[in-house]
Amino acid sequence: MNAPDITQNPKWEAVIGLEVHAQLRTKSKLFCACPTTFGSAPNHQCCPVCTGMPGSLPVINQGAVDLAIRLGLAIGAEVHDRSIFARKNYFYPDLPNGYQISQFDRPLCTGGGVWIEGKEFPRRWIRMTRIHMENDAGKSSHGEDGHSLVDLNRSGMPLCEIVSEPDLRSPAEAMAYMKALRSILRYTEVSDGNMEEGSFRCDANISVRPRGETRLGTKTELKNMNSFRFVGQALNYEIERHIKVLEAGGKIQQDTRLWDTRKQVSVFMRGKEDAHDYRYFPEPDLLPLEVSSERIDRIRGQLPELADARAQRYQQDYGLPAYDAGVLTAEKALALYFETAVAALKGGSDQLKALSNWIMGDVLRRCKDEGLEVSAIPLAPQRLVQLINLIDDDIISGKIAKKVFDAIWDEDHDPMQLIEERGWKQVSDTGAIDEVISKVLGAHPKEVEQFRGGKVKLKGFFVGQVMREMRGQGNPKLVNQRLNALLDGAD
Amino acid sequence: MRLSQLRGALERGEVSSRGLVETALCKAEECEDLNAFITMNPDAALSAADQADSERAQGQVRSPLHGIPVAIKDNICTKGLRTTCASRFLDNFVPTYDATAVQKLREAGAIIFGKTNCDEFAMGSSNENSAYGPVLNPLNPSCVPGGSSGGSAAAVAAGIVPLSLGSDTGGSVRQPASLCGVVGVKPSYGRVSRNGLVAFGSSLDQIGTFAADVEGAAALLEVIAGPDPLDSTCSNRATEPWSQQRDPQDAPIRIGLPKEYTSVLDDEAKAALLAPLEAMDGVQLVEISLAHTEFAIATYYVLGSAEASANLARYDGIRYGVRVQEAGADLEETYIASRSQGFGAEVKRRIMLGTFALSAGYYDAYYNKACAARRAIGADFKQAFEQVDLIASLTAPSTAFPLGSKTADPLSMYLSDIFTVPVSLAGLPALSLPGQLAKDGLPWGLQVIAPPWREDRMFGFASRLEAKLVEQGRSQA
Repeated sequence: MNAPDITQNPKWEAVIGLEVHAQLRTKSKLFCACPTTFGSAPNHQCCPVCTGMPGSLPVINQGAVDLAIRLGLAIGAEVHDRSIFARKNYFYPDLPNGYQISQFDRPLCTGGGVWIEGKEFPRRWIRMTRIHMENDAGKSSHGEDGHSLVDLNRSGMPLCEIVSEPDLRSPAEAMAYMKALRSILRYTEVSDGNMEEGSFRCDANISVRPRGETRLGTKTELKNMNSFRFVGQALNYEIERHIKVLEAGGKIQQDTRLWDTRKQVSVFMRGKEDAHDYRYFPEPDLLPLEVSSERIDRIRGQLPELADARAQRYQQDYGLPAYDAGVLTAEKALALYFETAVAALKGGSDQLKALSNWIMGDVLRRCKDEGLEVSAIPLAPQRLVQLINLIDDDIISGKIAKKVFDAIWDEDHDPMQLIEERGWKQVSDTGAIDEVISKVLGAHPKEVEQFRGGKVKLKGFFVGQVMREMRGQGNPKLVNQRLNALLDGAD
Repeated sequence: MRLSQLRGALERGEVSSRGLVETALCKAEECEDLNAFITMNPDAALSAADQADSERAQGQVRSPLHGIPVAIKDNICTKGLRTTCASRFLDNFVPTYDATAVQKLREAGAIIFGKTNCDEFAMGSSNENSAYGPVLNPLNPSCVPGGSSGGSAAAVAAGIVPLSLGSDTGGSVRQPASLCGVVGVKPSYGRVSRNGLVAFGSSLDQIGTFAADVEGAAALLEVIAGPDPLDSTCSNRATEPWSQQRDPQDAPIRIGLPKEYTSVLDDEAKAALLAPLEAMDGVQLVEISLAHTEFAIATYYVLGSAEASANLARYDGIRYGVRVQEAGADLEETYIASRSQGFGAEVKRRIMLGTFALSAGYYDAYYNKACAARRAIGADFKQAFEQVDLIASLTAPSTAFPLGSKTADPLSMYLSDIFTVPVSLAGLPALSLPGQLAKDGLPWGLQVIAPPWREDRMFGFASRLEAKLVEQGRSQA
């Protein structure tokens, strides 16, 4: 993002609220038994219910309700014992019933919030307005010839809409919020949070006001931001657009706009006067959704520890820096990897930091290089700990350790065995080291003379020569020690 | 043509199921002018009859309806058999699935005989709102059969079939039963699955039954009632042996007569209601009050139309049904053309009414107010049932009226459901059975209303009242 940081703008403050749609990870759709799998041939994954056939009726998928409750509990929201489904009426070819079944004035969850953290801003609590459940529409594709095609495979997919309060103050915060939310969705296995497959989508409400003003400015709604990057770009663009209009003495129109990813601009979609009157009313085909306190307790009992709580714990219990804790806990799979490794460690806090460095460095580098999900790391965490122990025990040097790491990543080996097989073991035998040092010093009489004459910088040269001679396997501590002794006047 | 007689004849081997279907087909042809059917199903019906006969020959009798032809109102989905809802919009619509009630009938060995005419999407009280033309009343072809299930009522009244299914949202089974002189039952809301019943007012719609007598209508209900995982509003209560329900002739029972209903009746109508009741032993007549009755029709037309406006949004011409697309027309123009040409006037009127009632700025004044009125009407009944066991009234304020006499005045048409609509709003079970004949020679209908889920009590008393009426020879008052 090259746009100026809005939080540093002395005159204007941006106010952002997000509406995120996440697809609930169920096997079947929200109101019928059709599967939720992705990628079937168009219109091959539907039934009378999700194609809006006359006489068909919705039946709520209780598994989807459980997931939405789990999400509500994870963000500390209040889960209501009674919520109401409502029809949201509008015409569109990919909306087969002519209404979406959603929740309106009585949503499943209200309140709660998430912590966000980032380099650009202090740790902040973002309040949630509500979480409600609804079914997805189908998918329209518009051909060049003026014809449109409708695929109803997605019609009826289970969604939850997660609405934040207008607490976000910059695009960076908005992106951090989305990442925090996605992390929660994944930790809790409520959703796979996959933006590309459309299971994690976002609309934004944006307004700008003079710094210090408490009333909200006129907002615009921005749709169609289908990647994290686009969210940042689109919000930056829209904030700048607002400021430009306001500084020129103009007024913001309360529009709904679409983000054009190609042209990198937001384009007018519809104005306030064209806003739909959705004519919400209670869905008569479904009973009010009743949730017992036993059910809520059961689901609460199954909640995993979430990223933010884990990160706090890593800092307190392991003494890790906030940055490390953030990286290690961003995904549950990585946190579990780290924790399995921690359990195998035998050393103290030095080893914890070393482990963190290995994971944040080499492990994530290899994942990135190979496009691997962290859930698919081939190297067992116990192996990584073995490797760290070998360094601590002076069996191998840090440099050799990198070679060992790559080898045991590529193929499962016992690191000790591998080191022995390949002759990578560190040489800690002073006799052998002395022998090499003598050889090196003998070969460089001029440098020895200069060193003794006061050019102490040459020490590094000798270390390098000795290590090269020993193919990197000399114990660095001992090599240094013996070099000092031999140079200093064993002569 | 009573079910019990046909069943007896089948059991004694005096007639075959094929024979019943063939006779019904002949009779239907004879009565073609009544226009009771939209789609006949002769081949499938005959082959189902053959199967029923061969099962019976092997000693396999699935149910009391085994081998009995049943006509189905054309707003109830039948797999592979055209289901038009009497709308031009669905003229070519063939469902891919059976309504739960139809599926239960097939499993019971009943024969799906054909699809009966009705008011378009069940909106009407005279069967004059059908895209396939009006149904004539078999008792007097210059009169309407009532509606919206006019074809189902007429098919039974004309003796074409012994049984038929209708649907009742505000009186659409009871009122035509009354006008055609047959028995019509609307069960408690949630008693019969609505899966496959094309929705009009979802919170009111119930599939109901027609027969020549109480026992037949009850037997048909026994087969189609019961839990259904495909309808969340369908009760888990099991079906009961209602057709066997018969109170002793002198059992003490308190029957409520709502003064708001009786006060609008003229002397003849009042006598038609009271004479048979007063002639019964053990019956204590109690005047009761249903104080919010005057709001019922308005409440019904707000709520039913609001739900209809959403329920009928799916008829957009995109996936099935009529699509009227002029060259170069855009999406909105195609929607408008398809819906303008596909729907009839009454359907459009209700869609507009319902859309208006749900609109921003009007929702509280109409939809919310109507919901409050509905609760008050329900509370009236609840209170009344603390004093009485059942409530009785006329089913409709008049006997069958001449074709065309009310079509120009929707409000007077709406008022023909004045005694049935409150019951629908309260979700109660009720039935209509033929009472005395009026001066015009047409029958009055008597409505028996029961507390929620008390179909047993309703049928027990109705069969006793029916016996009394038979005894009185249904003579003119």
